[in-house]
Amino acid sequence: MTHPPKSSAAPPGSGVPTMPAVPPQPGPPEPPTPPGPAAVPEPGAARRTAFAEGVDRLRAAATTEPGRLRIIGALLALAVVAFGAVTAWQMTDRAGAANDVLTSSQPLSSDAADIYRSLADANTAAASGYLAGPQEKPQVRQGYENDIRTAADKLVTAASNSDPGSDSATAIAQLNELLPRYKGLVETARANNRQGYPVGSAYLRAANEMMQQQMLPKAQSLYERENQRLNSDYAAAKAFPWAAIGLGVVVLAALAWAQRRNFLHTNRVLNHGLVTASAASVVVLLWLVVGHTVARMGLNDSYDHGVRSMNVLHDARIASLTARSDENLSLIRRGADTKTVGDTTVDAYSWGYDDQIGKLAKALTKADSLADDSAGRKPVRDADSYMKAWKDRHGVAQSLNDKGDYQQARDKVIGVGKDPTSVCFDNVDAAIKTALDHEQREFQHAASGGRDALTGLPYGAAVLAVLGAAGAVVGIGRRLSEYR
Amino acid sequence: MNAQRVTRLLRSGLRGWGGVGAMAAVCALAVAFALLLPLTQSDGAASGGGQRLAHGTQAKAEDCPDPQNQSLSPSGGDGSTPTIDRIKARKDRRLIVGVDTNSYRWGYLNPNNVKGELEGFDIDLVHQIAKDLLGNPDLVSFKAIPTDQRIPAIQHGEVDMVVRTMTITCARLKQVAFSAPYFSTGQQVLAPKTSTITGYDKSLAGKKVCSAEGSTAYDNLKADRGVKIPASTDISTQVPNQLDCLVKLQLGEVDAVVTDGALAASQAAQDPTVELKGRPFTHEFYGVAMKLDAQDLVRQVNRTLENYIRSGGWQASYTKWLHPTLDQPGRKSDSATPPEAHYK
Repeated sequence: MTHPPKSSAAPPGSGVPTMPAVPPQPGPPEPPTPPGPAAVPEPGAARRTAFAEGVDRLRAAATTEPGRLRIIGALLALAVVAFGAVTAWQMTDRAGAANDVLTSSQPLSSDAADIYRSLADANTAAASGYLAGPQEKPQVRQGYENDIRTAADKLVTAASNSDPGSDSATAIAQLNELLPRYKGLVETARANNRQGYPVGSAYLRAANEMMQQQMLPKAQSLYERENQRLNSDYAAAKAFPWAAIGLGVVVLAALAWAQRRNFLHTNRVLNHGLVTASAASVVVLLWLVVGHTVARMGLNDSYDHGVRSMNVLHDARIASLTARSDENLSLIRRGADTKTVGDTTVDAYSWGYDDQIGKLAKALTKADSLADDSAGRKPVRDADSYMKAWKDRHGVAQSLNDKGDYQQARDKVIGVGKDPTSVCFDNVDAAIKTALDHEQREFQHAASGGRDALTGLPYGAAVLAVLGAAGAVVGIGRRLSEYR
Repeated sequence: MNAQRVTRLLRSGLRGWGGVGAMAAVCALAVAFALLLPLTQSDGAASGGGQRLAHGTQAKAEDCPDPQNQSLSPSGGDGSTPTIDRIKARKDRRLIVGVDTNSYRWGYLNPNNVKGELEGFDIDLVHQIAKDLLGNPDLVSFKAIPTDQRIPAIQHGEVDMVVRTMTITCARLKQVAFSAPYFSTGQQVLAPKTSTITGYDKSLAGKKVCSAEGSTAYDNLKADRGVKIPASTDISTQVPNQLDCLVKLQLGEVDAVVTDGALAASQAAQDPTVELKGRPFTHEFYGVAMKLDAQDLVRQVNRTLENYIRSGGWQASYTKWLHPTLDQPGRKSDSATPPEAHYK
């Protein structure tokens, strides 16, 4: 097996094959120790000398073939290990981010959406209950209480996940402070209404104002910040691992070059060690590219068909809730609040209803275009048709009220009359919830698929890199041993 | 091209000493402005205010000395009744009246009233008008209208009349026709019973006073601050609706409310811990507003008012809705007697 080197162009150092690659050499003479404390040492000179020593040794080694082989072996091993390390590091990052998307930032974003939704829902339930007065249905009251509890619970979760002193933490603290004050206003409104005092409606207006102008914007900013966190986790998980892939290509090229050099020197086609190193590197590179591409696809899918749809549906739900509370408030305040649009004065809440229904219609159209399957599209279309029925019935109630038939208009809105609007709202809300649940499942499915594509990649890369490095060392070592 | 050259010149000029000079000139101008601005402003405000005041008194003196006494006599007219005929000829033979449904004791939809009927002093009067006009007090279609929609609703014919704590003013007399006054009131202070505030006087020193946005109450507060009431009175709290003031008063965000005595009484009726303080400091009258050309209807309503007052119906309604909060023990309110009618 031990063939002499074939190459005629033997390296210049081949004449001294038995010499160790780096003969122990005495270091260059050290600078004389300064005789007294007054003399200033020259650290620059000393360091230069040490460096120069290393360069000298390397230069000396490079003059012999074994020396060169040692250097090549060391560099190859180092490159393979570096490739493995960079791959493991980059993929740990991405796998971590993908896992965060699935288990941390999306749930937090959805929690923040829930805070927003339950606050808006509580406000709607408070207005509906107030308008119904003695005819308030127990489930409306129960819904209000549940919403307040959900908001309070989710605020605690959000607080524990926010960094102290961050904007999110401030928004959460402010919401925590506003929530009991809001509830106080609603309860005072209710108590006054039971006494038959119209100041109750002024309290309810104050509560609605606090909700619309202070609490919901804060909940919105919290939601947006959580969404940002989700987006940055997405970006981190999907970032292409350029460093690892680039290094992988370089390592493969280096291995190929080493094998070619080996072939040219020895005429031997295969060096087992180097082949092993190459195979390990190819596997890592392929695994890296395929695994990350699959993960990207999964994550893209989860974003396009999950997160985006959920954002739009969330907007739709909020619009429908606001429209419903405006519908109630316009009958509660009975023209006490006006708004100037152009040069005509209109009832602020009637205008608000039309505005919100417009937003709802737009959001539903968008959700319909984003839905990728019939299971996702059906509840959106249902919501749309319920919304149209709601609009029609609201028009009837409105014209009844305009004609002075307040009682019938109110009955239609609170749900004791014929063709009530309350049923339409409930249907819209339920349909949007169905659509949201569907999109949440889609998200879960796609995102966990994406995350699982990265499973084991960091460890696999590390193990294979060690194997590859060992292969490179052994392969070069075999060649080296021929010089002994 | 020319502009470009100018800017280039300017730029090159600004680079050297010219720039320093220009900046110095700009600074000097700014200082001059800053020094002159307060002068011009205070000057403008003073002269503007004076003009407005002078104009106001002039207008009052010239246009209408007593706006409440500009209505038509019930006995006058040529006997033709086009407006009333039109109402009677309606398929749904009802009088359409614009009212408030949020004014406790005046026009209010009580949630505990299972029939959903409106109630209050204004509503009683509407039923009386309908009874005299159509023979049945219930032939009324009530429409809730916001405060700032009272006049447009009449002008556009959406309602036959507005009975909604509406003050007879000179400006409004140009837009709508008023009946004879049916209630006399004035701006008044509302505060907690335990408060040290005694009325529209120096006891308001350092107190926070709430009023409705764009209301006469706010205009009075602004004009009287430092004159009738101490300059230290904080009048910055303004809310969309006078009822929102009661919320602020109950939450302790303000110390007192200034509004119409009638509406202050409506607020006091909803909270036994607050009361009207002192006497009204302005004098106003409520009237029924109708279309400017509905002379026959105005005369008809004035006839009803005369009968309503003479028969004791007015007094009964007052006792039922307003007496508990307007009259204080031992002292009858100025509003307790119906205003006397003087026709044009």
